[in-house]
Amino acid sequence: MRIPLIAELIHILGQPQVLTEREDLISYSFDATAVLRQLPRAVVFPRTTAEVAAVVRLARQHGAPIVARGSGTGLSGGSVPVSDSIVLCLVKMDRILELDSRNFTLRAQAGVLTQAIYDAADAAGLFYPPDPGSMKVSTLGGNVAENSGGLRGLKYGVTRDYVMGLEVVMADGEICLLGNKCVKDVAGYSLKDLFIGSEGTLGIVTEVLLKLLPKPAARQTLLATYARMEAAAETVSAIIAARIVPCTLEFLDARTIRCVEDYAHVGLPLDADALLLIEVDGHPAAVAEEAARIGELCRQFGATSIRLAADAAEAARLASARRSAFSALARMKPTTILEDATVPRSELAGMIRFIQETAARHRLEIATFGHFGDGNLHPTFLTDERDADEMRRVELAMDDIFTHTLSLGGTITGEHGVGLAKKAYLKRQLGDASYGLLKRVKQVLDPGNLLNPGKIFDP
Amino acid sequence: MTPEPSLLKALDYSVLQQCMHCGLCLPSCPTYLETGRERNSPRGRISLMRAIADDELGATKAFAEEMSYCLGCLACTTACPAGVDYGTLFETGRAEAERSGAVSSAPRSLIRSFTLRFLLLRPWALRAAARLWRSYEVSGMRRLVRASGLFSLLPKRIGSLERQAFPVGREFSDALVAAVERPAGEIRHRVAVLTGCIQDVAFSEVNRATVDVLLENGCEVTTPRAQSCCGSLHVHNGDPEGARKLARRQIDSIDPSLFDAILSNSAGCGSHLKRYGHLLADDPAYAGRAVAWSAKVRDISEWLVEIGFRRPAPPRSGPSTAIVTYHEACHLCHGQKITAQPREILLAIPGVELRECAEATMCCGSAGIYSLTQPGTSSWLRDRKVGHLRSTGASIIVTANPGCQLQIQQGLTVADGTKESYPRVVHPVVLLAEAYQAVKESKKNL
Repeated sequence: MRIPLIAELIHILGQPQVLTEREDLISYSFDATAVLRQLPRAVVFPRTTAEVAAVVRLARQHGAPIVARGSGTGLSGGSVPVSDSIVLCLVKMDRILELDSRNFTLRAQAGVLTQAIYDAADAAGLFYPPDPGSMKVSTLGGNVAENSGGLRGLKYGVTRDYVMGLEVVMADGEICLLGNKCVKDVAGYSLKDLFIGSEGTLGIVTEVLLKLLPKPAARQTLLATYARMEAAAETVSAIIAARIVPCTLEFLDARTIRCVEDYAHVGLPLDADALLLIEVDGHPAAVAEEAARIGELCRQFGATSIRLAADAAEAARLASARRSAFSALARMKPTTILEDATVPRSELAGMIRFIQETAARHRLEIATFGHFGDGNLHPTFLTDERDADEMRRVELAMDDIFTHTLSLGGTITGEHGVGLAKKAYLKRQLGDASYGLLKRVKQVLDPGNLLNPGKIFDP
Repeated sequence: MTPEPSLLKALDYSVLQQCMHCGLCLPSCPTYLETGRERNSPRGRISLMRAIADDELGATKAFAEEMSYCLGCLACTTACPAGVDYGTLFETGRAEAERSGAVSSAPRSLIRSFTLRFLLLRPWALRAAARLWRSYEVSGMRRLVRASGLFSLLPKRIGSLERQAFPVGREFSDALVAAVERPAGEIRHRVAVLTGCIQDVAFSEVNRATVDVLLENGCEVTTPRAQSCCGSLHVHNGDPEGARKLARRQIDSIDPSLFDAILSNSAGCGSHLKRYGHLLADDPAYAGRAVAWSAKVRDISEWLVEIGFRRPAPPRSGPSTAIVTYHEACHLCHGQKITAQPREILLAIPGVELRECAEATMCCGSAGIYSLTQPGTSSWLRDRKVGHLRSTGASIIVTANPGCQLQIQQGLTVADGTKESYPRVVHPVVLLAEAYQAVKESKKNL
């Protein structure tokens, strides 16, 4: 007789690490994406890589799909369970295993919080730049699976740029080690890159070797406000044209400014039409010079006010307020749907205008904020999922925005992933050949289609 | 008897929908910190409430236990950028749990009706019980009973209750504070002072200090006699009807038009008193008055800063310095968003060196009657808190809520046996009153 799946999971992990009560299934039926919900069959908490591998092998025997997740802060439905799945929650694998200050690397388990990695590096005089909005909550495993970006993307890139090695549990339960501490390494295919941003569809990342940087000696944050959004966009172009690469170049529109201020009380100007949050970092002399030059450019292009953060604490408060933007927008309407259409930054001003026109055309409320420096926008629909007619118009507007994004040479998702939410648009962006290649890779690595099935594309 | 309709279903759905489950609340939640399990987090609990409202889940025993496990510390409301009204959700969730009867049992019902419906509805009964307790302690009976091992025969929870039950003050507030007291000089403000329940029976000296400080700052102070409970324990324990009854009584006893402010020195009470308007919104006879009443409510530190309290001069002999640390009561920092004012008071006191502790805004585990209902989590939080407070090296621990004060005092006792080395645990107004007093003394000695 075959032993039931749940009993075997309990045998492997112990009773407390296996949840099947309805109350637990409900509270693991969603991530941070609006509207999407699905109850799993069970939620399990492995504590070691060997346990992850054992669960994967068991699921394979039973033909049960596995959805890996960390803190469930994803924004494309990547960690929303699929029907009858086992949710593999990695938050209990939360140890930083090694900080190697001679090689500038840090090795950690997948369930470590992003903030904890930043803090550990910082305490050693080092710097881990990727800082997604949810960094106080999000886990490293989730960051790798989604190839998360953040506020520092313009100068420092995204999670991918800091992953030197991975430990991955494959769909057949094999444990693969990919990469190492060497800066140069061309031994075979760079397979770690395949798993970064794979959204849990190719393997389960259990351990990550990260690259760290020396901590910048100085930082300066500026806040510039504008009466016209176009003036803010022109300032950004001027800064880049002046060959200055700030660490952060964030933008908030009027609605977002009001919501963020309502929550964070950091003294944002409520009458501004747009706001730029700019941070430069590096050698103290360079920082002072660049900050001064940026200040001049802001004034020249029509900033109505410029504020310099007095100290690190104020700069941190401003950045933290900016990170709350998406959630703060939920103050306005019952349902908040966030997108992350991204265009080459030269197309930014036009893209923002297009979003505004689209909102008017479909009679919708769209707030926009995002990473101006790298062209990564967050048009956010403020709506109500119970209003069927409005939701239909949201769909139409989204389609318009994605179509326009692609026509500008952009991407449907800069940093949130495809998941469930953007599946319908992926083929349009990739074209038949590339889309087919993606599916072939999936078929080779997960022939049983058990790892997060139905995410990114349908089988 | 027909069951009452589901309270979660009756709740305005947009309050539930306000949570967009981004998860930014997770690191702030003490129970999620303890278990790492979503249902023990704010967004997890809200998802359960929403499932009940959507008819996808009944008000099950597991739900009721979950609501009982939540501290109601409201730390998630400070963390939440979306402005979710978790206070209302928590109160409704607990009331739903009680209404469903999912966790009811005979002894539990007896304890509930004795405390919520008898003791706390009757000021005389509470004070009589407190006197009885005091004589039990003072007479040496407590020592005898403890030595006899009698409590080991009782259920574990009641036994531990005997050990943690609080020290009763020698005198209650009405004996220490006159019904009306006037400042020596010009009357600049007229205020009413609420004496609280726990504050009154355990720390009546805080009420005396409150009045002293107010007199020093030109306030005429009215302190109504034999005050009743404000009802916060009721609303936090699933008894909104009891809470409404007490709120009406409170509103009837103090006419807000006669005072510039109605003052509370207990964070848990103040947080609830400011919500009377919300609590009685559906009561046509009281809705308007409740709003006017709540609008006058201030925490004592909030009021002192608002009126520009007088900074005590250092005594001529020079102040003695002390390292002071501040534990933020949840219902002050999260419930009322008051964090700067108590510190402003402390920093105005000559000789105070304020040293911040780690996790100052995290719950100490007192949380109303949480130490009785969830003793394990309560003592885990208490010991974590006391560890942070002690590592500042402070000789004075300041906090503005009697529940926290009891909990921390108890935690210090548990942490180390030598009584001499305990830091003092005290309300900020007591320190301020002492500073004013020290100035007077030093003048007298000239």
